[in-house]
Amino acid sequence: MNGRSGPVQVPAEVVAASRAGAYHRLTVAAPAVAVRALPGQFIALAVGGPASALLLRRAFAIHRADPGGPQGGTVEVVYAVRGRGTRWLAQRVAGDSLDVVGPLGRGFTPPPAPLPCTLVGGGYGSAPLFPLAAALRADGCRVDLVLGAASADRLFGAADAEGAADAVRVTTEDGSVGERGRVTDVLPDVLRRSAAGAVYACGPMGMLAAVSALSAAYGVPSQCAVEESMACGIGVCMTCVLPVRGDDGMTRMVRSCVEGPVFPGERVRWDDGGTVPADTVGAGPALRVVAG
Amino acid sequence: MSRVDPSQVDLATQLAGVELANPVLTASGCAAAGRELHQFFDIALLGAVVTKSVMLHPRAGRPTPRMAETASGMLNSIGLQGPGVDAFCRHDLPWLVERGARAVVSIAGHTIDEYAELARRLRAAGGVTAVEVNISCPNVEHRGEVFSCDPVAAAGVVAAVRRETAPDVPVLAKLSPDVTDIVAVARACVDAGADGLCLINTLLGMAIDTDTMRPVLAAGTGGLSGPAIRPVAVRCVYQVHAALPGVPIVGMGGVVTGVDALELMLAGACAVSVGTATFADSSAPMRILTELRQVLAERGVHRVADIVGAAHRPPGEPAVTEPKRSALPAERRVGRS
Repeated sequence: MNGRSGPVQVPAEVVAASRAGAYHRLTVAAPAVAVRALPGQFIALAVGGPASALLLRRAFAIHRADPGGPQGGTVEVVYAVRGRGTRWLAQRVAGDSLDVVGPLGRGFTPPPAPLPCTLVGGGYGSAPLFPLAAALRADGCRVDLVLGAASADRLFGAADAEGAADAVRVTTEDGSVGERGRVTDVLPDVLRRSAAGAVYACGPMGMLAAVSALSAAYGVPSQCAVEESMACGIGVCMTCVLPVRGDDGMTRMVRSCVEGPVFPGERVRWDDGGTVPADTVGAGPALRVVAG
Repeated sequence: MSRVDPSQVDLATQLAGVELANPVLTASGCAAAGRELHQFFDIALLGAVVTKSVMLHPRAGRPTPRMAETASGMLNSIGLQGPGVDAFCRHDLPWLVERGARAVVSIAGHTIDEYAELARRLRAAGGVTAVEVNISCPNVEHRGEVFSCDPVAAAGVVAAVRRETAPDVPVLAKLSPDVTDIVAVARACVDAGADGLCLINTLLGMAIDTDTMRPVLAAGTGGLSGPAIRPVAVRCVYQVHAALPGVPIVGMGGVVTGVDALELMLAGACAVSVGTATFADSSAPMRILTELRQVLAERGVHRVADIVGAAHRPPGEPAVTEPKRSALPAERRVGRS
């Protein structure tokens, strides 16, 4: 059943857990996940322990997948504490066991031939861009990295950025680090100077919408990793949908966990998030459905 | 009660004339059409795969947020998003049949004619082990009142589906617990030709975000599922089995462990569906099947069919009677002497 490309469900020991500014880093030993993982894919963790009242998995983009190493293969994620599930996760220490499913979803697609690539990360959305940067540079691509956040503590990876990319720009809205402003304030300059042929982005939906629009205005295709709330992460619950245009130009409500989380920016109907646009395949008159 | 070797427990169960290898099924809407779960375990090893309710036409479903986590449960308002019955019969049903999985196909409609047409398309397609009729849908011909809340409307749907379905394919009515008298609805469905019942669908619920001070779900209300509703499921199965002891029941509602599955079977279910647990544990149905075998063995149960409805027996009567010694394999006779 499991090809090397499919996900696995494994018990995984916590190898390291630490703070990173406003965020948390978590590394688990999961060789079967690490060997399969591609940049932009994610893992889904069960939270709360075996008797937990929290039933739904928490999905996190993979920040680092190291198939070798002393633990025999590790996977690292970065997350923000937002509720009871992530608060529980933040209390895990080395030696604890977690139930891990992954790698999940479609990751970033590298260009067919080396191109200058601009990677844009908002907040901890920069986490999956680091393995992508490494893969792109290994393929011979120039990589420009743009990191942005509201404030210094909400930037992720700024300290490692210089070593991960050919050039780095950092923005904060309060000006506490780097240039004051948003990633989209510096993006046009980066795209022009680098003659970018591809944009890769991960961060809040508003940022992705703006990056996608800017990239399109400069004639550069973008790939955006979205973050939608999920219950299962594997494609059965149908909760993480968003309106996306297909190859045939038709809009469908697609699952960000299996068709995504990475989508071509110009295909996502960013302005229609949280709605079912009237021209979506199967959109009908609003009928109350009690269950299903 | 003597312990039984787990591998010797006979898990075969009869569901309205269809023999299933074991009593653990997926629950509609929690397993899509089996493909995704097949990445984690062989879905053909389950008693059956109950597919997500399919409608006559493709359907986009509801806006997001569609889901809210609640204490030991979750609310959903997916709105029956799906590809429509023709795509289902082209892509999903043949895939299940090729894998050797038993396919219980759930159907949903807004008029009795839609349900009838769905049953005709499934009959033409073939390969269906049973049809589950999801009647928790608004009846557009009757002010949008939900079919499952009205015995007459429920019976109308069931009769139409029964008429259009091959005689050897059981029709199972899936009932909502959001009624005053579930036995009355169950009886109406059986009188209309239902060969079995699926109990229970989600309960209508709601959550409000105390920061935004607005409902969490875009639709406002949603269906509550998960362990939070298991006592309601046990009660419904128990009441219906007491009133209609000959009618096969597929029990569902918050089953997370093999013990949970056993509880519903003791209440009267001859098979059990695993739903929300699959969101938390991708291999939950297979794990629960393994656990059920174990918990039956620990209780000295040789045949799962023997304990269906056992909670209804008079006080003092043993739940499990020892089979005749000659019925046991030789090595066990030696071991026990």
